[in-house]
Amino acid sequence: MPVAAPVRRRPRRRGGPTPYVLMAPAVVLLVLFLLVPIGYTVWLSLRANRVSGGGLGIRTERFVGLENYTSVLTDSAYVDGLLRMLLYGLIVVPSMLGLALLFALLLDTPRVRFGAFSRIGIFLPYAVPGVIASLLWGFLYLPDVSPIRDVFEGLGLPAPDFLAPGGVLFSVANIGVWGGVGFNMIVLFTALRGVPREMYDAARVDGAGEVQIALRVKVPLIMPAIIMTAIFSMIATLQVFNEPATLQPLTDTVSQTWVPLMTIYRDAFVNADIHSAAAASVVLALGTLAVSVAVLTLLQRRAFGRDR
Amino acid sequence: MTSHIHRRGFLKGVATLGAAAAVPAFLAACSGDDEEPTQPAGDPDAPANLTFWTWTTNVQKVVDIWNAKNPTQKVTVSNQAQGEELITKTLTAHRAGNAPDLIHAEYQALPVLITNGVAADLTAMAEGIKGEFTEGTWALTSFGGKTYAIPQDVGPMMLYYREDLFQQFGLTVPKTWDEFGAVARQVRQKDAKRYLATFSSGDPGWFAGLAEQAGANWWVNDNGTWTVRINDEPTRKVASFWGGLVNEDVLSGKPMYTPEWNKAMTDGTLLAWPSAIWGAGVLEGVAPSTKGKWRMVPMPQWDAAAPATGYWGGSATAISSKSSQRAQAEKFVKWLNTDQEALDALIAEGGIYPAATKGQSSTQLSKAPAMMPNQPTFFAEAAEIATTARGFNWAPNVNVTYSQYSDIFAKAVQEKSDFAAAVDAIQAASVADLKKQGFEVKEA
Repeated sequence: MPVAAPVRRRPRRRGGPTPYVLMAPAVVLLVLFLLVPIGYTVWLSLRANRVSGGGLGIRTERFVGLENYTSVLTDSAYVDGLLRMLLYGLIVVPSMLGLALLFALLLDTPRVRFGAFSRIGIFLPYAVPGVIASLLWGFLYLPDVSPIRDVFEGLGLPAPDFLAPGGVLFSVANIGVWGGVGFNMIVLFTALRGVPREMYDAARVDGAGEVQIALRVKVPLIMPAIIMTAIFSMIATLQVFNEPATLQPLTDTVSQTWVPLMTIYRDAFVNADIHSAAAASVVLALGTLAVSVAVLTLLQRRAFGRDR
Repeated sequence: MTSHIHRRGFLKGVATLGAAAAVPAFLAACSGDDEEPTQPAGDPDAPANLTFWTWTTNVQKVVDIWNAKNPTQKVTVSNQAQGEELITKTLTAHRAGNAPDLIHAEYQALPVLITNGVAADLTAMAEGIKGEFTEGTWALTSFGGKTYAIPQDVGPMMLYYREDLFQQFGLTVPKTWDEFGAVARQVRQKDAKRYLATFSSGDPGWFAGLAEQAGANWWVNDNGTWTVRINDEPTRKVASFWGGLVNEDVLSGKPMYTPEWNKAMTDGTLLAWPSAIWGAGVLEGVAPSTKGKWRMVPMPQWDAAAPATGYWGGSATAISSKSSQRAQAEKFVKWLNTDQEALDALIAEGGIYPAATKGQSSTQLSKAPAMMPNQPTFFAEAAEIATTARGFNWAPNVNVTYSQYSDIFAKAVQEKSDFAAAVDAIQAASVADLKKQGFEVKEA
C-alpha cells in the first residue's frame, strides 16, 4: 500500500471516524463470515489432494486449476441432480404459492369462521423441522409401514407406491409444500390485511362478487408480496437437501446425488474430498445467483415497474 | 504498510487485517501435511493427557478403568461422530493441527488415514503384541509390512434365522448358497408375503463381507502400485447369485436399517439375516419382541468342504502422527486392545467381539447374548466360525467405492438389471477415482 498523507478534502468536518466505527462491526462480520469463507471456498475448489511417494502413497494438496470444475460439470450424476432440482422447483413453487394464496384469500373473506384456528392449523407444519417432517412423511410413504396404504388395501383399492421411481419426486415435493405453505400463507395474509377496506367497499358498490374482488382487487394489490414469497421459495428450492437426504437411506429410489447439495455433502463428509465439494458449491452458488438475478430483473420490470 | 490509519484507509485496513490474519492461517493449515514430525522415543509412564475420538458403545466405562489405574495419564473420550464422518472430521482436525491422539477407525477407513498421513506407523510397538492376534486379523491393519493400527474388534459374518418360522414352514437351514436359493424359493411358495432375506443396496460393507467369503480380493498393493479387482470372479459370482434371486422376486431387494426393515425383522416378513457376530445386538434394538426366536449358524457356503466367512465391520485404534504423547498413547492402545481386564470390559460394556484371541475366550463370552437365550453356546460357536474368516486389504478410496456401491446397486435393484454388470460399474468408477487421485493403478 502506498504511503500517502491523509486526504483531507473537508478538513473542517466534525465527527471524525464515527461512521467507520459504527460500520466496523458489520464490515468485520461481513468480511470474516462471508467474504473470507467465499474466497476460501474458491481457493479450495482450485486445489486437490494428489498422491505422491512410494508405498501406499501420501496425499498432498496442490493446485489443479479448473480440474475440479471440469469433473463436476461432466459428472452426469451432478447434472442430473441439477435438472431434478429444477423440476422439483417447478412443482413446489407454483403449488406451494397457489395453496398459500388460496388459503390467505379464503381466510380474508368477510364470512370466515374459525379464522384464527385455521390460520394456526395451516401455519403449524412450518414449525416442524424439515428433518422431522421428512421422517414423518417417510413413515407414511414406506410401503410396509404406511397407514395410507393400509387404508387403500382396506378399501380393496390398489395402493399407490409413493417411492416408485416415477412418483418419488412428487412425494419429496409434497413434503416441501406441506412445510412451506403455512409460512407463505401468513406473509400473503398479512399483506392482505394491509389493504384498505374501502377498496373492497368500492368494488362491492360497483357490483363485484367475492371472487371478483379476490382476483381483480386483492391479488394485484398484494403482487409485491407474492413476488417476494416466490423469490424466497425459489431460493429455498435451490437449497433443497433435508427432505431427500432424510429419505435417502430409506429407499433405493433416492440416490446419494439426488440433488446438488446431496452431492456436495457426500463429497465433503463421506468421500473426504472437500475440493470437489467446493467446486460443486461454487457452481451451485453461481447458478443460484444467475437465476435469482434473472427472475428479479424480469419481475421487477413487470410488477414493480409502475412504482418507478 | 502504512502506519497512518486515515479515515478512508480504515476500511481497507480492516479488510487487509482480516485477510492478512486469515489467509496465512488457512495456507498454513492446509499445506502442512507433507512434513512427518519426528517423534521422540518418549517415556510411556510420563504424565499425559490423551484425547480419544471413538464411538464404541459405552467406551467411557472402559476408559474409566484406565483413568482410575493411571491417574497421571488421563484419557478423555470424545464421541465426535460415527463411521465415515468421524474419519472426515479427523482428517480436517489433522490439517488444522489439532487431531486427537487416539483415533477409532474401521478397517476399511485405515488406508484413507494412512495416505493422508494421519495414522502413525506403529510397526515398532506392534512387534511386541502381534502374537495376541490371529494372522487374518493382523492383516487388516498392516500394509506393505507396516502396521498402522491395533485391532480392537472384528465382525466375522454368520447367518441368523428365525427358528420358530423355519419350523412352522418346515424349512431346513441352508448349508450352502445353492440350498439358500432353494429355501428362498420355498419361502415364497409357502407365503407370498415373506422372503428368506433381503439384498441391501445401503450396506456396501455387508456386500464386501459376502465377497470376502467367496474368496474375493478387491485390492492389492504391490510396491506402490494398486491392483483393483472389485469385479473379480468370486465377486461376480456373489453378485449374480443375489441378483438372479432378487430380480426374480425370490429374495427381497429392500435396504436394511430402515423402518420397513425393522418391521420385517419383527413380524417375520424376513426369515433370515446374513450378518455378523454383533447382529444379535442389532436385533435387540430393532426387533426386541423376537427374543429367543433367532438362532445363529455359520454362513451358507460356496464350498461346503472348505468353510469360510468374511468380515462385516470391525475396527482398530490408530495413533495420530502429530501426537506429542506418542509413547503414552502406545501404552494405552496396547492396554485397551490386549489387556484382559480392558477386553472383558469392552465385551461387557461395549458389546463388541474383541480382535485379540485371548479376548475371544473371555469368561464374559460364556453366556449368550440377551436376544438369544435359546443358544447358550453362541460365542463358542462364533469363535469357531471366526477362525474361518478371511478379509482383504482395503484401498485408500474405499469411501468413494462404497458410495458408488450404494447408488449403483440401488439403481440395479430398481431396474432389475444384471448385478454382475453393477459390479463392473463399481470397478470402473473406483479405478477412475484412484487414478484421478494420482495413484498408480494396474487393472487386472
